[in-house]
Amino acid sequence: MGIISRGFGGRRRESVPGLPPGQYLTHDFPVLSAGPTPRIPLDRWRFTVTTETGEKTSWDWKEFQALPAEDVTVDIHCVTKWSKLGTTWRGVSIETLLENVDTVAEYSMVHSFGGYTTNVPLEDLLDGKAWIAYQFDGEDLHPEHGGPARLLIPHLYFWKSAKWVNGLQLMPEDEPGFWEAAGYHMYGDPWREQRYQGD
Amino acid sequence: MARTAVSGRLTWRAATLAEARWESPTARTLVLDVPDWPGHLPGQHIDVRLTAEDGYRAQRSYSIASAWQPGGKVELTIQRLDDGEVSPYLTDVIEVGEQLELRGPVGGWFVWRPQQTAPVLLVAGGSGLVPLMAMVRARAVAGTRQPFRLIYSVRTPEDLLYGDELRRRVREDQGLDVHHVYTRKTPDGWPSPAKRIDVAALNTYGWPPDFGPDCYVCGPTTFVETAADILVALGHDPRRIRTERFGGTS
Repeated sequence: MGIISRGFGGRRRESVPGLPPGQYLTHDFPVLSAGPTPRIPLDRWRFTVTTETGEKTSWDWKEFQALPAEDVTVDIHCVTKWSKLGTTWRGVSIETLLENVDTVAEYSMVHSFGGYTTNVPLEDLLDGKAWIAYQFDGEDLHPEHGGPARLLIPHLYFWKSAKWVNGLQLMPEDEPGFWEAAGYHMYGDPWREQRYQGD
Repeated sequence: MARTAVSGRLTWRAATLAEARWESPTARTLVLDVPDWPGHLPGQHIDVRLTAEDGYRAQRSYSIASAWQPGGKVELTIQRLDDGEVSPYLTDVIEVGEQLELRGPVGGWFVWRPQQTAPVLLVAGGSGLVPLMAMVRARAVAGTRQPFRLIYSVRTPEDLLYGDELRRRVREDQGLDVHHVYTRKTPDGWPSPAKRIDVAALNTYGWPPDFGPDCYVCGPTTFVETAADILVALGHDPRRIRTERFGGTS
């Protein structure tokens, strides 16, 4: 479409390599949530993996903290257009959590305290592509940003990195989660600009 | 008519600026003519895409300010952010008759539907009023009587958006109450000093939790965190508190 805005572009931001299409760089850490921020006491925190056959494996906070953790530095991209580069996190890889879980499922639903859900193909959670993160920038993850622990899956738009996670449900078929049912893309690859249904 | 879910791909559409008006010294409403607009629900947003003469592009999301009526226009109210890239163009540069690209409507969560029967509490911080104003307007368009209460926090009287319209609607739209909170400067003769939104304001001018209201809170992150936390503390069901936060779309 050939619409040119005369007089636009003079205030453009620094051009940065590593930005997906349609994104701009921010140095803040904006917050996006559908509702109030839940405060989850650590003694009530629990994370449960449920397989397609209903088998459950779960960890309380202490058991979760005892799992091998990794420090990762990644770029994150929010569907509302901001990107933040070189963010540092500490968390447990999903691969670690699934080590002793027997499944042939190809999809998953990530569940959160408060009922939020998001769907992710299982292979996108493996091979060092996703973590349950509990530290950001060297500090315990603040509740506003998803603490005690959130999913970190930086190669997809950041709404997929669900906050306040409490479970991973493995599924044979894909199903939409919370934002996906509200018009957002089922997969959400920022490099293909999959913001909304049909992109 | 308005539809709740998006089907198919959201394509970019050419929109023509039909009319523009200043709402405050720093906020301008753009009235856009969008051929074949499918309609929208109050609370939904659109994406705007601008292309510079050398091909450089930028996109931003903006809440829709208007209620949809068949054949109607799409209104956005843009708050200028002085260090922003897109908003100063939309407030100060684009002229009536010029075009931009937009796509939408987007979002199926932070919306109010006229079929909802619960009382509604709207809590706005600054330009967070925009999607909530769309709900106030949609209520009038639908001609429904659901009681609405709006608590609108704003820095100074000069920053008020839609001031005249809200005064008129309080008189004419039955069942709409509006309470202002001024955080920096109050109008002359205002009964209380400037202060941030607090428990007293939300308790006095909101609904009791046992009325089961649907609550919508929109504004800057710190405002939304504060207001939503207070609502939860007052006993509102967190699942009935819908929030939209922005760090400022620049």
